Amino acid sequence: MMTATTVTTSHRRTRAGRPIGVVPTALLLIGAVYCLFPVCWVLIAATKSPGELFSTATLSFGTGFLDNVAELFAYRDGVFWLWAGNTLIYAGGGALLSTAVSAVSGYALAKYRFPGRDAIFTLLIGGVLVPAVVLAIPQYLLFSKIGLADSHWAVLLPQILHPYSIYLARIYAAAAIPDSLLEAGRIDGAGEWRLMSRVAMPLMVPGMVTIFLFQFVAIWNNFLLPFIMLGDDGKFPLTVGLYTLLVSGANQPALYNLILTGAFLSIVPLIALFLTMQRYWKTDLSSGAVK
Amino acid sequence: MKRSERGPWPYLFLTPAIVLFTLFLAVPIGYTVYLAMLRTRVSGLGLGRGARREVFVGFDNFAAALADTELWSGWLRVLGYGALVLVVMLGLALLFALLLDSARVRLARFSRIAIFLPYAVPGVAATLLWGFLYLPSLSPIRDVLNVDFLDATTVTYSMANVAVWGGVGFNMLVLYTTLRAIPRDLYEAARLDGASEFQIAVRVKIPILTPAIVLTTVFSIIATIQVFTEPTTLRPLTNTISSTWSPLMKVYRDAFVTGDLYSAAATSIVIAAISLVLSFGFLRVVRNHAFREG
Repeated sequence: MMTATTVTTSHRRTRAGRPIGVVPTALLLIGAVYCLFPVCWVLIAATKSPGELFSTATLSFGTGFLDNVAELFAYRDGVFWLWAGNTLIYAGGGALLSTAVSAVSGYALAKYRFPGRDAIFTLLIGGVLVPAVVLAIPQYLLFSKIGLADSHWAVLLPQILHPYSIYLARIYAAAAIPDSLLEAGRIDGAGEWRLMSRVAMPLMVPGMVTIFLFQFVAIWNNFLLPFIMLGDDGKFPLTVGLYTLLVSGANQPALYNLILTGAFLSIVPLIALFLTMQRYWKTDLSSGAVK
Repeated sequence: MKRSERGPWPYLFLTPAIVLFTLFLAVPIGYTVYLAMLRTRVSGLGLGRGARREVFVGFDNFAAALADTELWSGWLRVLGYGALVLVVMLGLALLFALLLDSARVRLARFSRIAIFLPYAVPGVAATLLWGFLYLPSLSPIRDVLNVDFLDATTVTYSMANVAVWGGVGFNMLVLYTTLRAIPRDLYEAARLDGASEFQIAVRVKIPILTPAIVLTTVFSIIATIQVFTEPTTLRPLTNTISSTWSPLMKVYRDAFVTGDLYSAAATSIVIAAISLVLSFGFLRVVRNHAFREG
């Protein structure tokens, strides 16, 4: 606490003591406008009725937003809802499982000495270097052999193991769980399972939130795996659903407003999650980046 | 190392990860290598049972993948695209991180959040947004700049723009977080020695950032070699992107459109090998030059 306050004040003093850099501020604002522009544009475009989309000024709001949403939700008996639900299952369920596996693995690797530890860690981390493309085809073939190719499992299961998250969890466990606490627990007669579930895991929660968020976004954004695995569009996540909407509507300007509204609605939840969980994005990012 | 004092517990804790690793990483990799060495031989007219059978052909499929001119043009396109994305995206990420870290900017929090925001937009949605912004009938920028964003030469730049837009914020945040972890005293000392903000950035901050820059570069190299989502999503909007624009798109076409799994397997191993060689090659070059003192 003490150091944190000192740092802030000394930082403030430097800030107050120096003139505002007009050029640096302007450069950053140009960057911000560049990044916000497409998002603002799709927000505006989603409010336009099909007629307004081509006739009104590109950056003025239209009047068709509710009609667009109603039309999108009615599209092919409400398949958009299915896509949204599927995305939640894949991203939410996948990220939860992934976080649990990563946290327990990271804890074991950080807090135990055992034969084969380094070998197992190297092997698991090596997975980061294997491109998704090498895995996608055989994963598809193996899933189709056991009859699970066109199922939710085919998208969910391969995304649970995430080497980078195990790496982050290991670093986090090493820093957040004092050995003395575990020793004290052992002296009190707690078993290893109990120590893991009652002592270690609660201490790892902040790190787990970070891992969960990154995995959630990664799975939500994944296109290749569901694109390859799924044939039945009732199991599509939003990304693949949007893609099929685009393919069927690219040459029909009548469908443009539907595609734009779909794109807008699909990014809203993620942007909301992103803004509310802002402070977590920085936790341990640096410890992950600087080896 | 002596046997674990805790019995089987660490192994039990690692079991889920090891099982998943085996099932979804090790087995598929082995299976790809196996597939890549097979080929279907058709005897006679290819009719009836036994007319088509799998035969072992060793490295023939790899040789074919390396000799495939269509694939080579794909590599060249991705090389140009990747170089563009890497330089612009990481350059901007570094610039923004340094600007955010300097004490003299206003609205830093707003800019940081705004620049990181595209990270929350999936590649498909990002490409869709930009794709519509490129379309002549809708684009507000096209009228101003008077450029065709989707013709044969500009389409690479247009696609690179989508990748830069989506990736600059994440890389900026990684670099910025690293910068924030540096003790402020270091800058004070440099200032007392008479260093300007610019000199501090170049002489103090960038050297400290080097390992983080190296890591983000390696991750970006791996990602650009496997580019698939952006060109695939942009394809319906223009006829300048072929179905084999990038090597990974060719793998997809071979495996799922033309049904030649063996070629697809061989090509995907070539892609993996090239990305490994490039990332390790890059790491080695950087180690030899940048970390010599360390």
